[in-house]
Amino acid sequence: MHDLAALTPLGGATAKTETIGAVQIAEITDRALASVTCRAGQAKAFATAAKKLFGGAMPDPGHWTAGDPFGLIWTGPDQWFAEAPFASHEDIARLIKAGLGDTASVTEQTDGWVRFDVTGATVVDLLERLCPVPVRRMQTGAATRTLLEHMGCFVICRTTAQAFSLIAPRSFAGSLHHALSAAARSVA
Amino acid sequence: MTRLSGGLIDRSQTLSFSFDGKSYGGHPGDTLASALLSNDVRLMGRSFKYHRPRGPLTAGSEEPNAIVELRNGARQEPNARATVAELYDGLNARSQNSVGSLRFDLLAVNDLLSPFFAAGFYYKTFMWPKAFWEKLYEPMIRRAAGLGSLDGQPDPDMYDKGFLHSDLLIIGAGPAGLAAALTAGRAGADVILADEDFLLGGRLNSETHALGDTSGSDWAKAALAELASLPNVRVMSRTTIIGAMDHGIYGALERVSDHLREPAPDTPRQTFWRIYTTRSLLCAGATERPIAFENNDRPGIMLGSALRSYANRWAACAAQDVAIFTNNDEGHRTAEDLLTKGVRIAAVIDSRADAPKTNRYEVFAGSVVTNSAGRLGLTSVSVRLANGETRKVACQGLGVSGGWNPNVHLTCHQRGRPQWNADLAAFVPGGTLPPGMRVAGAAQGILSTAGALSSGAAAAVAALSDLGIKAKAITLPKAEDTPFRITPLFHVPGKGRAWLDQQNDVTVKDVKLAHQEGYISVEHLKRYTTLGMATDQGKTSNIGGLAVMAEMTGKSIPDTGTTIYRPPYTPVSIAAFAGRSAGPDFRPTRLTPSHHWAAQQGAVFVEVGMWLRAQWFPQAGETTWRQSVDREVLATRKSVGICDVTTLGKIDVQGTDAAEFLNRIYANPFGKLAVGKVRYGLMLREDGIAMDDGTTARLAEDHFVMTTTTANAVGVYRHMEFCRQCLWPDMDVQIISTTEAWAQYSVAGPNARKLLQKIVDPAFDIGNDAFPYMGCGDITVCGGLRARLFRISFSGELAFEIAVPTRYGDALMRRLVEVGQEFDAVVYGTEALGVMRIEKGHAAGNELNGTTTALNLGMGGMVNKKKDSIGSTLSEREGLNRPDALCLVGFRPVNHADNFAAGSHLIGKDDVANAANDQGYLTSVAYSPNLGHTIGLGFLKNGANRKGETLRAVNPVQNAETLVEVVSAHFIDPEGDRLRA
Repeated sequence: MHDLAALTPLGGATAKTETIGAVQIAEITDRALASVTCRAGQAKAFATAAKKLFGGAMPDPGHWTAGDPFGLIWTGPDQWFAEAPFASHEDIARLIKAGLGDTASVTEQTDGWVRFDVTGATVVDLLERLCPVPVRRMQTGAATRTLLEHMGCFVICRTTAQAFSLIAPRSFAGSLHHALSAAARSVA
Repeated sequence: MTRLSGGLIDRSQTLSFSFDGKSYGGHPGDTLASALLSNDVRLMGRSFKYHRPRGPLTAGSEEPNAIVELRNGARQEPNARATVAELYDGLNARSQNSVGSLRFDLLAVNDLLSPFFAAGFYYKTFMWPKAFWEKLYEPMIRRAAGLGSLDGQPDPDMYDKGFLHSDLLIIGAGPAGLAAALTAGRAGADVILADEDFLLGGRLNSETHALGDTSGSDWAKAALAELASLPNVRVMSRTTIIGAMDHGIYGALERVSDHLREPAPDTPRQTFWRIYTTRSLLCAGATERPIAFENNDRPGIMLGSALRSYANRWAACAAQDVAIFTNNDEGHRTAEDLLTKGVRIAAVIDSRADAPKTNRYEVFAGSVVTNSAGRLGLTSVSVRLANGETRKVACQGLGVSGGWNPNVHLTCHQRGRPQWNADLAAFVPGGTLPPGMRVAGAAQGILSTAGALSSGAAAAVAALSDLGIKAKAITLPKAEDTPFRITPLFHVPGKGRAWLDQQNDVTVKDVKLAHQEGYISVEHLKRYTTLGMATDQGKTSNIGGLAVMAEMTGKSIPDTGTTIYRPPYTPVSIAAFAGRSAGPDFRPTRLTPSHHWAAQQGAVFVEVGMWLRAQWFPQAGETTWRQSVDREVLATRKSVGICDVTTLGKIDVQGTDAAEFLNRIYANPFGKLAVGKVRYGLMLREDGIAMDDGTTARLAEDHFVMTTTTANAVGVYRHMEFCRQCLWPDMDVQIISTTEAWAQYSVAGPNARKLLQKIVDPAFDIGNDAFPYMGCGDITVCGGLRARLFRISFSGELAFEIAVPTRYGDALMRRLVEVGQEFDAVVYGTEALGVMRIEKGHAAGNELNGTTTALNLGMGGMVNKKKDSIGSTLSEREGLNRPDALCLVGFRPVNHADNFAAGSHLIGKDDVANAANDQGYLTSVAYSPNLGHTIGLGFLKNGANRKGETLRAVNPVQNAETLVEVVSAHFIDPEGDRLRA
């Protein structure tokens, strides 16, 4: 076991959570991520292998699905992110590649991103101040890629009008957190 | 006169405010203008050019005259319209444009000199001498014009931006907008109803007509209460829809806190919304227009509709005796309303011979107002009666009603041209409207209340039907439905100055002068006379100007032209457009994995795109940046240095065709690169110019990791996606950025291996045989952490790049520094990185500058002709392959004590320094602490064959030149022994 201590994307030893008004902004660091892309001409074999590994069909464009241990997020044509608990799946890319073989290209993405879970009664008001996607109309299970204050990110609706996950490139963590908390204070 | 009875103000509370230093009282619900009028203050400003005394002409956002400065200090706001400035306790307002006091304006002398200030006077008067324009004339004119001022401090307030989505956006909450919103809201559609006013209802709050058995304002109140209860309807007051943009997008400015002394903590002052809507309905109403006559600009002269608004909504009227001048029935409505409120009607001057008759007030049919009197406010008007007689009518107020102009502005934002409606003598929406837009109510030219209600409801039904939503028009209350009767009259002929555009001081004469001088087109008229410019954008003046021009040309108004409109509908502050993108938050910043450690060391950071990178790490005793950089360079070359290179783009390339894909992307071959090896690659644009370079490592048969320069990371990725998706969709290749997933550090210098051996787990041999130059592989460090190791060098030293999952990057940096103490390891920043790559002769962004080819870079041989790759063919263009093509070489000063600068041009020793004798230029220059003098890289014509020549590095910007010698670009270790050690 190595002896290097991890830092969260915001630079802390532990994940940061704060409540502003009716909104809670939580830095989530206990999920491993990998991108999964179906290889050319492998759609059928991929679907079979993926179903076996993930326990269900890959989500349609604009959607995500929950699962145990793998949640799946659609991220682009023939491309998804798989998420799983970090503690048990730190080596997520290897684990998935072993299950999908040559039907897919798999890339470790765990530390490429920062994830904030934003929840609470005014979460839609907050997100309306930051990103152009129609968050008010997003249903549980919706996931899309968009711009948020100049930062490319994924907006994932966990519960309609209540709970969203935002996933953005990790180096933007501080700026994204600043944007979220500024907007949270605006709607508080 | 004090307050009238009634009105929609809250008399239970008194607000105190000041205007030009004097204190007054008003009530919640007042605007600054209504509160001043109720305090008998009619004079609110001076005009732009002639400094004539002016009071409000209107009661809305179209106001040209009552322009004031609000607030003090950093929040001082110029050019605010008193007619829409909502009163709050402590409001501090000042008149603009006066020099001295408002009552005794020193520049009122301009009014006497008016013959010199006619249209085009700038162009005629200030043309000579040319040099005087910037230094003398312009400052002088600006001082005189004095469009308000700022205090120069940064704006302390925040501004938000936001995004909204709707099925139907309803613009304007008058009778048409409310009927539409109720219809669409009850049908369950996503509706946004926006209105610029703080009290919604439009003219329902200004007129006395009943709707069914309630007053108009009560009906509006009930409608708004119902709308507020519908979760699918968003009612936005104090929100101006400023423009109809492409693709169903509308800009909306919400004045969140402008009605407060200052915004609540953490609350924005304004929010600028972008509204995406499938359908829109313009219910923006109409603006009443004046009739021009001599001296028609005195305080007390206002639009009839404004008089009614002030009296009915705000219980304000600044006159005991009011006369009315009208060309339509509206003037009589004004007279009736004011009489009801107890104001005396001096006379109604109706230009129509068939004016309605009444015994409630005196009517002069077939008569016109020809002049007015009163220095700082109206005292009387001269009336020319039908029989030719002139009569003086004493009055302090005059309500002018010249007809209504539908507010077609937003219908024109995508070049739609309005059409002339002769019955209304006005332009109505016509031609091609912005996609998805409908118009209802007065904005459509339907001027009765009943018509507004029914057209609003019907338009909502039609709009929703487009979207497959069934809606039923609401049951409409019985409402006023009188036909509109007008006999057009735009100006009363006369010798004196009759004002068309009061904000810009444009008179009927100015338009005539423009015609006389050939500026007949509407666009020329506007620019020559300034008619319709400035904050009101001619809302009360454009049609009048057009009418005068039509008269001069003998054409009809529609044949003379139409003015169309651009966004914004009313002024928007730049701060609102900027939103949160101000100051240090102008753009987001990206932090490297070692940022927190570097900040603790006192590193000096530099912005590289959005990244913040450590530029150098000052140590105790170092007083200049050069000392720090020299130390970092020398220590690295002497022993070992560590540098965070995470910012370089990393692109994961996988798939059975990955190698072939790279073969096509890169000019040099990648197909046969062995697994576990790294290769330098040069990427060309399609036109043969170098695009980017970097190293690519083969981790498996079907798996590569490419690096790009920091600056081009996004551009290269985009280029590769384009190639993959559009050029070669049949290839089996998948790419994804993995830049931030790995913290990557360069460890360079003779002791680099020794340092790394301290952390690389013993199972991995990184000796020169097992891990030679350009090797790569997966390893573990610090007792089992997965990592990637690449043996690549940018500095020319024995060097590695080690990558670990980013969360461990901070700890790895600390560990490397700790175990590096034994070797006197340094951490170096981007400056030292740059010095060392120049010493080594590596090209970087300065050389890959978008104009250079592989040949220029000395890498012509890398463009492999046994395969096809992007840019290969066009790199063969004759012009790019001349014998004297630029070639990357090194330079050093002949006298080692001399300096030279990047950007200098290379000129022959005895040649004149001009473009004709230009032989090339210097791209990268640094002081080399290893060589003890300045060195440079640059492009020189046929440079490869000119080593040893002496040239001049000429820097005309700093007026300097230095004798330089052409040398190899590889200043340090040209044989490459060090990096293979």
